[in-house]
Amino acid sequence: MSDLTQNASNTPLLEVKHLKQYFDINMGFFQTKPLKAVDDISFSIREGETLGLVGESGCGKTTAGRSILHLYKPTAGEIIYRGKKIETKADIKEFRKKATMVFQDPYSSLDPRMTVADIIGEPLDIHHMYSSQEERRERILTLMEHVGLNSEHAARYAHEFSGGQRQRVGIARALAVRPDFIVCDEPVSALDVSIQAQVINMFDELQEKMNLTYLFIAHDLLVVRHISDRIAVMYLGHMVELADADAIYERPLHPYTKALISAVPVPDPKVAKANKRITLTGEIPSPLNTPSGCPFHTRCPYATDVCKQEIPAFEEIETGRFVACHRAKEINS
Amino acid sequence: MALLEVKDLHTSFFTDAGEVKAVNGVSFDLDYGKVLGIVGESGSGKSVTAYSVMQILAPTGKIVSGSIKYDGQELVGAGEKVMKDIRGNKISIIFQDPMTSLNPTYTIGRQLMEAIMLHTDRNREEARARAIEMLTLVNVNEPEKRMHQYPYEFSGGMRQRVMIAMALACEPDILIADEPTTALDVTIQAGILELMKDIQKKMGMAIIMITHDLGVVAQMCDEVIVMYAGSICEQGTEEEIFYNPRHEYTKGLMRSIPTADNNGERLQPITGTPIDLLNMPVGCPFAPRCDNAMKICLNKKCERIQINDYHQAACWMTVKEAAESGKVDQLCAAMSETEREERGQKHE
Repeated sequence: MSDLTQNASNTPLLEVKHLKQYFDINMGFFQTKPLKAVDDISFSIREGETLGLVGESGCGKTTAGRSILHLYKPTAGEIIYRGKKIETKADIKEFRKKATMVFQDPYSSLDPRMTVADIIGEPLDIHHMYSSQEERRERILTLMEHVGLNSEHAARYAHEFSGGQRQRVGIARALAVRPDFIVCDEPVSALDVSIQAQVINMFDELQEKMNLTYLFIAHDLLVVRHISDRIAVMYLGHMVELADADAIYERPLHPYTKALISAVPVPDPKVAKANKRITLTGEIPSPLNTPSGCPFHTRCPYATDVCKQEIPAFEEIETGRFVACHRAKEINS
Repeated sequence: MALLEVKDLHTSFFTDAGEVKAVNGVSFDLDYGKVLGIVGESGSGKSVTAYSVMQILAPTGKIVSGSIKYDGQELVGAGEKVMKDIRGNKISIIFQDPMTSLNPTYTIGRQLMEAIMLHTDRNREEARARAIEMLTLVNVNEPEKRMHQYPYEFSGGMRQRVMIAMALACEPDILIADEPTTALDVTIQAGILELMKDIQKKMGMAIIMITHDLGVVAQMCDEVIVMYAGSICEQGTEEEIFYNPRHEYTKGLMRSIPTADNNGERLQPITGTPIDLLNMPVGCPFAPRCDNAMKICLNKKCERIQINDYHQAACWMTVKEAAESGKVDQLCAAMSETEREERGQKHE
């Protein structure tokens, strides 16, 4: 994304401020302990851009996506859509006409007892978005066409489709209410490589055609780089880095991002074998027992005493580059 | 003689819906100290090939024809007694999901020792020492303490390390790794792949690496087999496959993965959907999805053609290219040779 467009849309489509999502875990004897799935993250998404959200399993990326859509009631923090805070039930209902979701597993996210037409039409029913059955039918067939499904298959059930086609059904359902914003939660990771490319291209094309904004959650870093304008990296419920997609790959600033990028297996033997990998020691700590200070200090090769005590601020250290690391400037100079 | 010789392997599953030809004429050789990668999409027959070598197919599965020779010894039809000696001892396998392949009700130590005592004549104490030695080898911290823990107390990456320790405890000649890192995060994956390479250097075994991730292949393998719908499309050294792909399917795969080079451009996906193994086409299995398919592709399956000493591909396009550049004689010679060879085997 060029600088020009960045300045042009200076009011973000969606702002997330200090979002926290804790789950109470039953520890026995009426005692509960908070599991900090998402712990104080803030970012904004501009209209028409794709923000990639990456991190390893358990880092809270999926939870973040769901909290933003109020599929969970956030423990704390604000979600601001087009300058308006989402608070009341009415706000949420209105917001969900504009913001939808595509799920990871195309098998379990489609009701096996509904026809494809009914699956795609369900959001229209819920939001009463048609005046006649004829209009509903028309809309469903247009949607199927948009995602490359044969409209003759409208009366079929989900089990009659392959994984790639099911994911298309899921995408058509997300598009039904004419949203502006879609949370895509690992939409291609269950698909084979050749099918994956078809679906990625479709996301690109739909975005251009309908001016969509995506929050694209994935763990495959090559896919995320391809589709995203900017990328945010999460670790243990915290956001550790946020920058332009190319910048994050070419010059990662946070020690965790450095390790993550270096671990990506590059499909090119010469590059892969010459690649100096940064191997992290230890395991990801449990989100039930998060370390004090910087969440990454237990595995960080640069950790000092400060890192063990104080949580680093998520700050803009260069234009458009946010990093949460006490030593970011020092280790990158 | 190679360590493992697989020739014209055919494995089918006999289901209610009919015969599913999961592996359709697969041949390859594997030598000591080599890493052979088998890549393909789901349903391409890569795992079934490995399970056939180990003869651990589901009850409906059967090796229909072909030969699998380990160190000169024929394994197809050799019987369960021979296979019991081979499995875990000479050829070991690790699976994708380390949680389901470990027994949740026994400690890690007990499971490791069981494998060791079954295959060697070590007593309990010696088996215990060996188990601890193996855990140390795969970089599990505090192995004595970990021996008494149950699988649920281990993380995914640690469990896969335990699986590797178990598979290698009897010093097998061949380790089959069936998608060993697919369930793991990238940073953990990097650690496991590095570990496998290190141990291979120390112990010198051969590895068959089954994966769908071309990145893992690029990092690990010496030789690569690309499979589609139960057949080998292309086979050769890693450099040849990555930098000089000749089969249309391999080319399509390479184009459809996002890399630094095609960043910002549209990907070029392979069109269509994978074929139904119950209704295999007569010709090349990839022809219905191939942009360059010719008449012959739909009618006749292409035999494997020797491109050079390190590279074979089963694609009519290579024949066409050769014909256009006037190398037909050379090709005909190579083709008839492979055909003659195969006919000879059938007569035997």
